[in-house]
Amino acid sequence: MALQGGFIEHIHALDRLGIPSFEIRQKADLENKPLDGLILPGGESTTIGKLLRELDLFEPLRQRIQKGTPVFGTCAGLILLSKEIANDSNQYLSAIDITAQRNAFGRQLGSFHTIAPFAGVGEIPMTFIRAPFIAKAAEGVEILAEVQNRVVAARQGSILVTAFHPELTEDLSVHQYFLDLC
Amino acid sequence: MNNRYELNKNLAQMLKGGVIMDVTTPEQARIAEKAGACAVMALERIPADIRAAGGVSRMSDPKMIREIQEAVSIPVMAKVRIGHFTEAQILQAVEIDYIDESEVLSPADDKYHIDKTKFNVPFVCGAKDLGEALRRIAEGASMIRTKGEPGTGDIVQAVRHMRRISQEIRKLQNQRDDELFHAAKDLQVPYDLVQYVHDQGKLPVVNFAAGGVATPADAALMMQLGAEGVFVGSGIFKSGNPARRAEAIVKAVTNFKDAKLLASLSEDLGEAMVGINEQEIALLMAERGQ
Repeated sequence: MALQGGFIEHIHALDRLGIPSFEIRQKADLENKPLDGLILPGGESTTIGKLLRELDLFEPLRQRIQKGTPVFGTCAGLILLSKEIANDSNQYLSAIDITAQRNAFGRQLGSFHTIAPFAGVGEIPMTFIRAPFIAKAAEGVEILAEVQNRVVAARQGSILVTAFHPELTEDLSVHQYFLDLC
Repeated sequence: MNNRYELNKNLAQMLKGGVIMDVTTPEQARIAEKAGACAVMALERIPADIRAAGGVSRMSDPKMIREIQEAVSIPVMAKVRIGHFTEAQILQAVEIDYIDESEVLSPADDKYHIDKTKFNVPFVCGAKDLGEALRRIAEGASMIRTKGEPGTGDIVQAVRHMRRISQEIRKLQNQRDDELFHAAKDLQVPYDLVQYVHDQGKLPVVNFAAGGVATPADAALMMQLGAEGVFVGSGIFKSGNPARRAEAIVKAVTNFKDAKLLASLSEDLGEAMVGINEQEIALLMAERGQ
């Protein structure tokens, strides 16, 4: 999803894994295209959410996800996929049964980098930029990573969300994790 | 480079493909956020008014900045005068998301820019050629924008600066390794930055267009010329229908190559800001801070 934000970084990560990808900027880009998986990048959720609606991508996307297309959301992508957002009246794709808290670690001065365990993968570098966290997760949602006692990665079926940006580090293991869901 | 600098470059990466809008009140900030801005620039007067009013222009009232921070959830940026590191310390104290060390305000120092490596908050700086861009990066800027000519609604200078930076990057790419030492001397920048640009064919930080963007077509033009996003200053809130124009510019930046969509976005936007041609202005802000 290349509406706004850090999508080129995801494309580079996929390139390095030898996976072909294409950008979705409008409805026509999504129509009649075979799609094994979809990535919602980081950026501003208010911006991407608005563009999703106004470029008529919202419905086709929601249907694809409902039909089981695997989807991976980082940071703003996590917010867009959440069923609820604690500190925002907006609601977007409502695909994963979690409550997201926006800008939960504060402003840019609160952005940080750390190394923490990711379930089934091991210790990986994690970059948080004005990041959200997962305040609540329903049953059936698997918690994959926690940092500062906050849930920062989760999976429900083939929907994967991370509050951090694996695409900003050299480590490809979260992308590989997603590809295994596809 | 330290971790903080990486994180600050990373925030700029997340702003890519977006529009950063100048706002002077919480009200305008809300309009900008609703229209899809990926960040707002809080300032007391927009550049067109600074230009009209004349006199010395300074950092905004921190209270006004705080009110804007409370009004929106997107990143809030604010400007300091070139070289005025105390204004920057104040903005860091109010936890601003990005500081613009900007030629739009009256320079506080006619020789030295702020040593931006001393700060934890990120800085964006203007540049009209590759030398300026790399000097600002060497001083610690984690994002670059073209200077353009602020408050004019005239795109010609932003185009000139973007083209010049791209041309100079291409020139470096084509040079032999043993010519890079001399290139660093010519550009008056550190050798390692020259080497980076030679190897990667781009700046080491995100590069936005700024200065004179007034229409969706202007924004799309800058994106096609290689900008990674756009700042819009006076162009929005000096126009007839700010909300509508702001939305159109946001969409134009996402689909900057789709002429059909650009045509429909350009319809019925109401009056554009009244522009001033570069020959008609007495003060060239882009000449501030080399």
